[in-house]
Amino acid sequence: MGKVIVVTSGKGGVGKTTSTAALGAALAQRNERVVVVDFDVGLRNLDLVMGAERRVVYDLINVIQGEAKLTQALIRDKRLETLYLLPASQTRDKDNLTPEGVERVITELKRVFDWVICDSPAGIESGATLAMRHADMAVVVTNPEVSSVRDSDRIIGLLDSKTMKAERGERMEKHLLLTRYDANRAERGDMLKVEDVLEILSIPLLGIIPESMDVLRASNIGSPVTLADARSAPAMAYFDAARRLAGEVLPITIPGEKRGIFGKIFARRAA
Amino acid sequence: MTKMLTDARSIRIKGRSFLAVVLAPDLPFDDWLIRLDDLAARSAGFFLGRPVVLDVTDLPIDRAQLKDLITELAGRNVNIMGIEGGRPSILGPGMPPALKGGRPVSDEAVAKEPIIELRNGEPKPVTPEVRSALQSIVIREPVRSGQSVIFPEGDVTIIGSVASGAEIIAGGSVHIYGTLRGRAMAGSLGNASARIFCRKLEAELVAIDGIYKMAEDMAPGLRGQSVQLWLEGDSIIAEKLI
Repeated sequence: MGKVIVVTSGKGGVGKTTSTAALGAALAQRNERVVVVDFDVGLRNLDLVMGAERRVVYDLINVIQGEAKLTQALIRDKRLETLYLLPASQTRDKDNLTPEGVERVITELKRVFDWVICDSPAGIESGATLAMRHADMAVVVTNPEVSSVRDSDRIIGLLDSKTMKAERGERMEKHLLLTRYDANRAERGDMLKVEDVLEILSIPLLGIIPESMDVLRASNIGSPVTLADARSAPAMAYFDAARRLAGEVLPITIPGEKRGIFGKIFARRAA
Repeated sequence: MTKMLTDARSIRIKGRSFLAVVLAPDLPFDDWLIRLDDLAARSAGFFLGRPVVLDVTDLPIDRAQLKDLITELAGRNVNIMGIEGGRPSILGPGMPPALKGGRPVSDEAVAKEPIIELRNGEPKPVTPEVRSALQSIVIREPVRSGQSVIFPEGDVTIIGSVASGAEIIAGGSVHIYGTLRGRAMAGSLGNASARIFCRKLEAELVAIDGIYKMAEDMAPGLRGQSVQLWLEGDSIIAEKLI
């Protein structure tokens, strides 16, 4: 049985879709079978970031409504054999997302894939609660600024009350993914520091993704950053986050912190 | 013709709920009245000064019988303030109004109402012992934005922080072993001796016994400190905890 992960945040524009694609591609490069599912019905974007927008025939709503089989709607990535996308519908109404339909699709996906990564829409309405409903684990994407942190806090409250796991009385595993982190701005006090965010949200840290042009560049060419430029700083951070998701214990490095002697040597060699 | 308003002041109309004793008589009334007299002999003055509601649901009686019963009860110093469950046909002018929508309360609550005993002809009020067991709840995880903990029965203890946009409402005191960033309201049902304690004060709003204080009204020196807040007169006093 595969693991279901919801990538959620409450606030929009913090990097849910980018993180879903990057984590999905990173896990798939470990030869694990991965499907990324877009729950943002009406405002789908995951297909663009995955570079599959011209290959969408059927979508999640078609499968839920019984108009297509799951195998017809799944799109296999051209670069990675084990990476699949289940796109959202851009034209249909999000009310077509029914709890029973979502449950059926997730159960079916879990049987085939090692990882089912659900890209949640922003907000706390039915789309977001349905995306998290069947998750085993949550990745809470947060930017180091106050409104994003408060929205994440709200979402954590929902993860602890509205999910199947919470209703069964179990604990939902939650991980914080801090994105768009700029060490210089944090140093100047323009951004919240890592420890401040952790203190407020009090959930374990999965990784810190530095603010980088590489992310935007990768999105524009329709490729997850972990595929487009695997040596870039954000890609490395996503690879580490994916390893932690898979259960490895790695020390967390804060981007831009002064490197040790080894860091200096490697930096010189790379230059 | 338009009536002139004599006074610009508006009339105050408020809703309020009172605890009433409900008497449900059964037929025949003569027997029932004898039993009522027995009860009155054992605890004299049970009905004295109490609001009493007569429950006549499902009783096959007419207007005259009901009128007689009310007169009989009035003769025993039982004043009926309302009639519950009576068909409109048996109610008439000069009778207490019909009441609807009553909710049952525990028998204990009725017994707790002050009872006046007649002894040596001198009414002597007995102060009832209203001492409900103090209650408290402990929350072992942070209270997240958008969540609220409402506990009118007593004290609330949070082991963790209260996020911005979260609220704690307690009938008693509020204890927060973490940072208070949201709202805390103590003594919500009217308890001026309730207090708020927190390990780190970053609150949006604090209130005790309905008197509140916003973040900007708080002394800036208290931000980020361990603080206790209590009520003195009509103002909230805050002091650093050591």
